[in-house]
Amino acid sequence: MHELSIAMSIVEMAQEEAERHSHAHVQAVHLKLGRLSGVVKEALLSSYEMACQSTLLEGSQLVIEEIPVEVYCPECRVARLVRSIQWFCCPECGAYTPDVLRGKELEVVALELTQ
Amino acid sequence: MSAEPRLVEVRKNVLKQNDVIARALRQQYRRAGVLAVSMVSSPGSGKTAFLEKTLTILRSKYRVAALVGDLATENDAARLARSQVPVKQIITGTVCHLEAAMVQAALEDWSLDALDFLFIENVGNLVCPASYDLGEDLRFVLLSVTEGEDKPLKYPTIFNSADVAVITKSDLAAAVDFDEGLARANIQAVRPGIEIFKLSSKTEEGIEPYTNFLEDRLVRSRAAAIA
Repeated sequence: MHELSIAMSIVEMAQEEAERHSHAHVQAVHLKLGRLSGVVKEALLSSYEMACQSTLLEGSQLVIEEIPVEVYCPECRVARLVRSIQWFCCPECGAYTPDVLRGKELEVVALELTQ
Repeated sequence: MSAEPRLVEVRKNVLKQNDVIARALRQQYRRAGVLAVSMVSSPGSGKTAFLEKTLTILRSKYRVAALVGDLATENDAARLARSQVPVKQIITGTVCHLEAAMVQAALEDWSLDALDFLFIENVGNLVCPASYDLGEDLRFVLLSVTEGEDKPLKYPTIFNSADVAVITKSDLAAAVDFDEGLARANIQAVRPGIEIFKLSSKTEEGIEPYTNFLEDRLVRSRAAAIA
């Protein structure tokens, strides 16, 4: 369970950003979360609430956009979304591929701020 | 006071700090000509026995050292000290994984120039270590025959993040009706093309191809550093 330390990093990053914007109040943090990031959405959401307690972000919202796993199919020569992360193969032709293009994201993309 | 929130773009990797340190470590290993190998697995899959065997075999020809992550005890370091190579324990406390900064701190008073191989044993955990780059050249994931063939499907993220898979405790395979074909197929499903070794740290069955592989990777990594 490393979601709490991840949540604390998110809170810290958001606080630093808010300070740079004349100490604005953070209403929401928008996060991209890849299905292969090793972080569980539900655990992160509850950890985020805990991490926000007694900080300037208390009451703010964590808005998570889940990013599916996209691989490069060497046979079809295009990017494809895998059907399951238990099966790294092209959903069209079935070719196996280790080439992951997307799905490892753990990125703060934006903040919603009010003065 | 405006009540309407404004959207400010950030675009920052949450683990950026870890990744920056990991990148610096990778450069240090490269400069010193060290091959850094990390090991992840569930608790009890034979990581420490495997590492002890690795250190004992390699030390006759190479300069080797190990960092060992553990939640609370120094038992592993004490066990590994029997291999008579430098071993340092990283006690993570309540943290369930190693982070690049912990590795960096542990290496502070060691000279990488005096090493050929550095092994890093992660905390026994197949979930959390997946997210943290330690700057290693190779990440090994271990799966013992007693754990069940479907473990890779249960923990696809960590298996996908690995460079090499090792099936350990092969001497027990018959006793537990281990289906090697199925285990290999499951590993390949979550990490196509991965190199797989099957071995026993106890009987040394299958150890040689694995140590040959490490030696070959050391040579290749040094050649790449010069090029």
